[in-house]
Amino acid sequence: MSKQSKNYALKTMPIKLSLFDPWIWRMAARDSRNQRRRLLLFMSSIAVGIAALVAISSVGKNLDAAIDEQAKALLGADLLIRSRQPFAATTEALFDSLGGAQSREVGFASMIYFPKSNGTRLARIRALAGDFPYYGEFETAPSAAATSFRTGQHALVEDALLLQYGAAVGDSMKIGAVKFQIVGRLKKMPGESSASAFFGPRVYFPLAYLEQTQLVQRGSQITYAVYFKFDRAIDAKKLVEAIKPHLEQQRLRTETVETRKAELGQAMRNLTNFLSLVGFIALLLGSVGVASAVHVYIKQKLSAIAVLRCLGAATRQTFNIFLLQALALGLLGSVVGAAIGVYIQTLLPSVLSDFLPVQLEANISWPAIAEGMLAGLTMALLFALLPLLAIRNISPLLTLRADYETTARARDPWRWLLYALIALAITGFAMRQMQGWLQGLIFAAAVGASFGLLSAAAKLLTVMTRKFFPDGWSYTWRQGLANLFRPHNQTLMLMLAIGFGAFLISTLYLTQHTLLRQVSLTGADEQPNLVFFDIQPDQQAEAAELIRASGLPVMQQVPIVTMRLEKINGRDVRELQKDSTTTISGWALRREYRSSYRDSLNDNEKIIAGKFQPRVKNSADTIFVSLEKDIAEELKAKVGDELVFDVQGIAMATRIGSVREVDWQRMMPSFFVLFPQGVLEAAPQFHVIVTRAPSNEQSARLQQAMVQRFPNVSGIDLALILNTVDAILNKVAFVIRFMALFSIMTGLIVLAGAVITSRYQRIQESVLLRTLGANRRQVLRIMAIEYFFLGGFAALTGLLLATAASWALAVLVFETSFAPAALPMLVILILVMGLTMLIGLLNSRGIIDRPPLEVLRAEA
Amino acid sequence: MISSPVLSVKNLSKSYNSGDRTLTVLSHVTFSLAKAATCAIVGPSGSGKTTLLGLCAGLDRPSTGAVAIHGIDLENLDEDARAKIRNEFVGFVFQNFQLMPTLTALENVMVPLELRGESRVKARAAELLHRVGLEKRLHHYPAQLSGGEQQRVALARAFINRPKILFADEPTGNLDAETSEKIVHLLFDLNREARTTLVLVTHNLELAQRTQRIIRLKGGAVIADESTNNKYTENVLVEAI
Repeated sequence: MSKQSKNYALKTMPIKLSLFDPWIWRMAARDSRNQRRRLLLFMSSIAVGIAALVAISSVGKNLDAAIDEQAKALLGADLLIRSRQPFAATTEALFDSLGGAQSREVGFASMIYFPKSNGTRLARIRALAGDFPYYGEFETAPSAAATSFRTGQHALVEDALLLQYGAAVGDSMKIGAVKFQIVGRLKKMPGESSASAFFGPRVYFPLAYLEQTQLVQRGSQITYAVYFKFDRAIDAKKLVEAIKPHLEQQRLRTETVETRKAELGQAMRNLTNFLSLVGFIALLLGSVGVASAVHVYIKQKLSAIAVLRCLGAATRQTFNIFLLQALALGLLGSVVGAAIGVYIQTLLPSVLSDFLPVQLEANISWPAIAEGMLAGLTMALLFALLPLLAIRNISPLLTLRADYETTARARDPWRWLLYALIALAITGFAMRQMQGWLQGLIFAAAVGASFGLLSAAAKLLTVMTRKFFPDGWSYTWRQGLANLFRPHNQTLMLMLAIGFGAFLISTLYLTQHTLLRQVSLTGADEQPNLVFFDIQPDQQAEAAELIRASGLPVMQQVPIVTMRLEKINGRDVRELQKDSTTTISGWALRREYRSSYRDSLNDNEKIIAGKFQPRVKNSADTIFVSLEKDIAEELKAKVGDELVFDVQGIAMATRIGSVREVDWQRMMPSFFVLFPQGVLEAAPQFHVIVTRAPSNEQSARLQQAMVQRFPNVSGIDLALILNTVDAILNKVAFVIRFMALFSIMTGLIVLAGAVITSRYQRIQESVLLRTLGANRRQVLRIMAIEYFFLGGFAALTGLLLATAASWALAVLVFETSFAPAALPMLVILILVMGLTMLIGLLNSRGIIDRPPLEVLRAEA
Repeated sequence: MISSPVLSVKNLSKSYNSGDRTLTVLSHVTFSLAKAATCAIVGPSGSGKTTLLGLCAGLDRPSTGAVAIHGIDLENLDEDARAKIRNEFVGFVFQNFQLMPTLTALENVMVPLELRGESRVKARAAELLHRVGLEKRLHHYPAQLSGGEQQRVALARAFINRPKILFADEPTGNLDAETSEKIVHLLFDLNREARTTLVLVTHNLELAQRTQRIIRLKGGAVIADESTNNKYTENVLVEAI
């Protein structure tokens, strides 16, 4: 370098190159003139995603606050102690010593009978004594029913159940042997969401009538609970610590306000975190839209940038002008998104109402707004920077030669840094929402794979269309098809936007369809579809006869004996529970085992280790039990290990003789622990009878007959399970669809943005075509054909991806076979194609109706 | 006394690699221009005129040879330093005007001075626009101006930074004969007033004849470098002496 030029280089240290140079701001504002409507559209593509994030995050924060505020009402008491057995005398003495106000509740599942409609239904029965809830209240209609049901032969019944059976307040209903008068509809319980009613509608009646119902019999699965309300001075947590030895010895479970709060808080966080991820996908999609829009925008600014460079603007100055525009757009998008989000959060409580155990107020959460805006601004900026980097390579030579091609650096480290930052931002967000690095990585990888596959499909489409171009087609079809691969095509962007939207919606639908089909298949092909349980030994023969008399087969009669695990290989389970080094599941150690005995395997069982022992001949012989595969894994037990069971007070030593694999998806009783014949016959037991009713009517008639003859016997049929699963899935799907709506809206905005972005180019082509003699109809057809192919291919790719994802979910997560649904997929395909064409053509309006010169002048 | 060269071009060549072939578009060009000198570069299409202009203005880098503007060697300057040189010493007029479509006429003219960080440039820009006869079109956008008006705005922009040298690439190439004549008059008048060195790339020999010197290019090489004797030349020489 000559001395003079070196000196000059030193003298020409950048002046005012910073983003805060007023000229940069002025130029950014000037340059955005005439483009603001278009820029606003790009802005709105991220606004929707930010709105979703802000809304969900606000709801999450409000939920936290509501759970804190309504903490005591969540439990309704200061302390809850529960047991699967009636409380022992020592426990009762302990309760007496604890003092405070106490309420008793006995809960179990039983059939209820509505005489007016002759309807029967399995319900969750709760017999209550005392003033529970001490905090919060039962939401009932009429409201007086919350107290009036506690006296007399009255019942409070789940609102949905009354609606289902056309029963009204004042009607009677039968629970076991007792007829109750319905005094109120139960709308909401403190601490319980409405969705919990799907698993079993709730019925309350006074505990004083429990015995008369004759429902508490041997083998019935009953929960005994005591609710305590203490003076303020008593700390429930400390109290639980003090009585822990007794609680553990008696296998009693406790819940305090703190534990309920933590449990609910976690569940609600899981819900809002999951929904945030769905919202984040919308933001991601919008960010891709921003990248695409900025890319096209910069392409159209090449000449202006070259002029600036020619007039002496430094690279960083020109870069900063457009960076500032992107920042302003991102900020504006974030503000608008946050404002919409604040509004949407007022709608969310009603969308989520079935899943919320607390009353939710829609307060503005500034941290949620800040988080959402930060996420939006970061993503918009990162994605906008990708195309902005190209500004650095724009040569001033473009002013002299319009065809001069700027060669981008193939290995631009900044580009790779940006890719890394984007991956990091996505992973970081997902990790924060999913509270685990692995889940975060999986989410980021899945999103990356979806975008990658959609991009690859777009590339493949352009290459294949070009390679196998149908030269024999008519001009309009060829022209429309050629638009897919010509310079400045929109194929990649639209494939991403439309494909991803179609992918989300279809995956949701296919997964729901697979799960429902799995349940409905359970009862197909002469498989059992109706199960009666809690049948006492002396009722067994008569119950079976009743079934046969109805013309239905008794397909299985299974004895059930309840027991608890006492020792594993000589180690007491209580000791194991305290051992922090053991990996044995606490749940498997604590649970009450409902076991059976027989001399053969069912056709849904298969021995995978050891040998099945059919019967024990002598009482001195070793009892070899068969363990189900999953419970064996939970207990870390293998063939040959010793298990000691407490069979209702009698210790029974056994060895694991075999491990079975069980197909649980069949409607027949299956067991974790299966005993051989000759051991449990004399133990207190109850029975289950399995049958198959060819129609819902026959099933209902038999259940009515059974309930009237044996009020303690409960029946559950496949139709009920199907309805329950369907109702739950519909509720869940509604919430997810609501969130997916953000992605779809973003997809539509990105689609409209892409169409508008290419509007000028399309105008020039259309005008040229019209100048050359094409009529309005031909121009319109060419556009329609282009959007037809774009929408069709994008939707098809999305559907293929959805099929693969749903298959993976079905096989790997739900462990069932995948159920394809051709017709709904076809409907989605047609809808998406139609929508794409509609938006494409709507945006092209005004081009084809006006004289070519007028259009060119207006758009210049 | 005659001043030192404003533009010095030494042994300038430009080649491109096309596969395994090397395509030379400019070969060993050498010339220099003094202050207020006017020069036309003429030649058929593909003769290397625009390439030479781009290299002289520091818009591109030569394969070999050197260019110095106002005594500053461009060879080892980075892109931003060359941009600064252009901003301080160079003015441009393009065939297709190259106005920024989102800026008004006034704003377009202000840009070179604003880039320097100068404030209060509006008056000078308005004055120049007045000088080129566009005092009533200050706030019009390029799309609202005719071709001739756009080129006048470009002329005002080219002179606002009081350049040492002005590069004009086919300044009348997109204009009708009558408008072209007006623009050429304006260009030469402004050039004379500002005592700017002018490098004019054109096909138009009549226009080229108005400069003091004509460099003829063919196939990338200088085939003639001749002086002309016209009134502009005489005026400039008189003023220079």
